[in-house]
Amino acid sequence: MICLGIESTAHTFGIGIVSDKGEILANARDTYKPKLGFGIIPQEAKQHHEMVKEDVLQRALSEAGIRLDEIDLISFSQGPGLPPCLWTGLEFAKKLSKENKKPLIGVNHPIGHIEIGRLTTGARDPVILYVSGGNTQVIAFASGRYRVFGETEDMAIGNALDTFARRVGLPHPGGPEIERLAKRGKYIKLPYVVKGMDLSFSGIITAAEKLFKSGEKLEDICFSLQETCFSMLTEITERAMAHTGKDEVLLAGGVAANKRLTEMLNTMCKDREAKFYSVPMEYSGDNGAMIAWAGILAYKSGQRTKEFKPLSRWRIDEVDIKWM
Amino acid sequence: MDVTGKIIGRGAEAILYLNDNGVLVKNRIKKNYRIEEIDTILRRLRTRHEARILTRAKRVGVNTPSVIDVREYEIFMEFIDGKLLKEVLNSTNSSKRREFAREIGKMIGKLHSAGIIHGDLTTSNMILKDDKIYFIDFGLALHSTSVEDRAVDLYLLHQAYQSTHFRYVKELWRNTEKGYMETFKDWDVVLKRIEQISKRGRYAKR
Ligand SMILES: Nc1ncnc2c1ncn2[C@@H]1O[C@H](COP(=O)(O)OP(=O)(O)O)[C@@H](O)[C@H]1O
Ligand SMILES: Nc1ncnc2c1ncn2[C@@H]1O[C@H](COP(=O)(O)OP(=O)(O)O)[C@@H](O)[C@H]1O
Ligand SMILES: [Mg+2]
Repeated sequence: MICLGIESTAHTFGIGIVSDKGEILANARDTYKPKLGFGIIPQEAKQHHEMVKEDVLQRALSEAGIRLDEIDLISFSQGPGLPPCLWTGLEFAKKLSKENKKPLIGVNHPIGHIEIGRLTTGARDPVILYVSGGNTQVIAFASGRYRVFGETEDMAIGNALDTFARRVGLPHPGGPEIERLAKRGKYIKLPYVVKGMDLSFSGIITAAEKLFKSGEKLEDICFSLQETCFSMLTEITERAMAHTGKDEVLLAGGVAANKRLTEMLNTMCKDREAKFYSVPMEYSGDNGAMIAWAGILAYKSGQRTKEFKPLSRWRIDEVDIKWM
Repeated sequence: MDVTGKIIGRGAEAILYLNDNGVLVKNRIKKNYRIEEIDTILRRLRTRHEARILTRAKRVGVNTPSVIDVREYEIFMEFIDGKLLKEVLNSTNSSKRREFAREIGKMIGKLHSAGIIHGDLTTSNMILKDDKIYFIDFGLALHSTSVEDRAVDLYLLHQAYQSTHFRYVKELWRNTEKGYMETFKDWDVVLKRIEQISKRGRYAKR
């Protein structure tokens, strides 16, 4: 069975093609970039996705070296996400499914991140730290579902870094810029806000901005921001491990690209004699391959989509996981 | 670190062992992933807080282990020879489970009435011994009387019910609320705030 998966929850429009043996045949994408100094504008992102969708499809097909009629299943990211963006993916998936008379299935986006992570790293039953522009959650499998053990109480880590970057005049996305500057920084005290397995970033971002206005060096603030936020993330991950008794960690989402975060989690795992896995760069940010693979797992386990409409607030723990 | 006794547990932050006198030692170990500046401040602060608040909580009628001594990164306390509530809550019978949930609510109400926030309410941080529930792990505890802090405190417990005792969330939560109302007079504003909190991070994409 070969599945074509469509991702369009936020910035990225992606199409991946994956076989039921877990071979990733294609993973094409195009990412919308907001204007300098701005965050994502949903309608603009949608327009971007509409503009690039045919091209991304052609690239995916030629990368995989197959024709549309050789595809057995079409899957799409049904949520959570920005409604205008979700609509584009949904309509495009529907059209492809109809024209080629192939079954269509909706996929929960975070499950895509987790499953492509398990596929590409070999992690079996990990505590998952899912960190992206729009999400910050600690997730683990427990009795039939992926359950949320901890999460941010205000903004996502990626959004926090991007917001700080924007306010101090760094280009978007801010995460990589902050990482680059942090290499030369020293520590300045910032608030450290962990509440059990939850955390919060908005106070830290405000404090960091104040430091900037008071003339502290940007390198030092970036360093401190990373050290503080990533220590918090590592701490709640470890707390979830202690609570669930699991001994693997899987890092997923766009912020997984960060070397310092990876290093911290790796150290924590070593000290606990646990295994650390990080989703390879190519599959850690939003992409189509993860939706294709999750589509296969869902479809083969008998799951069927009842209503074809975006679920912009679809929670991961609403989905039965029959393939674990 | 000088661990001479038998290691009985390892949490997220600490190693716990029994020393020769049968006293439980909670040693907040160094975290190599954090820079020294952050790590020592947190470990010191949390150890001091935990010892102080354990004792205060006991004074206002919440079951906690008695604190015997405190060092920079260590607390010496009474060993509660029971079972983690996490391990028993799902398999216990329904009327007991409701009773436990209500007892938990009552103890939280007492803490909040005394201006204490536990900060990490999960069933991994509760021990059941002779049908009595003990609260432990006050490392993230703080003094506060704000509605927000109180609501977050309870919200974390709700989240723990949801992730770890999902089959019984409703029954557990209803009885926890019931107990909480019995011992904390401003319960209504707090419970209302919890609804708002659950709408914030969790479902929001951005
Ligand atoms: N090296 C890095 N360090 C920190 N953050 C990063 C890095 N690379 C990317 N990011 C962050 O990852 C986010 C994008 O990740 P992605 O999974 O595509 O999320 P979303 O689709 O939810 O925006 C952005 O917030 C970006 O700043
Ligand atoms: N006073 C005590 N009596 C018996 N067992 C305890 C006591 N304190 C802690 N424990 C055990 O050690 C584990 C970890 O302790 P905890 O204080 O929660 O540490 P951490 O802050 O690392 O989570 C607990 O889950 C419990 O099993
Ligand atoms: Mg604990």
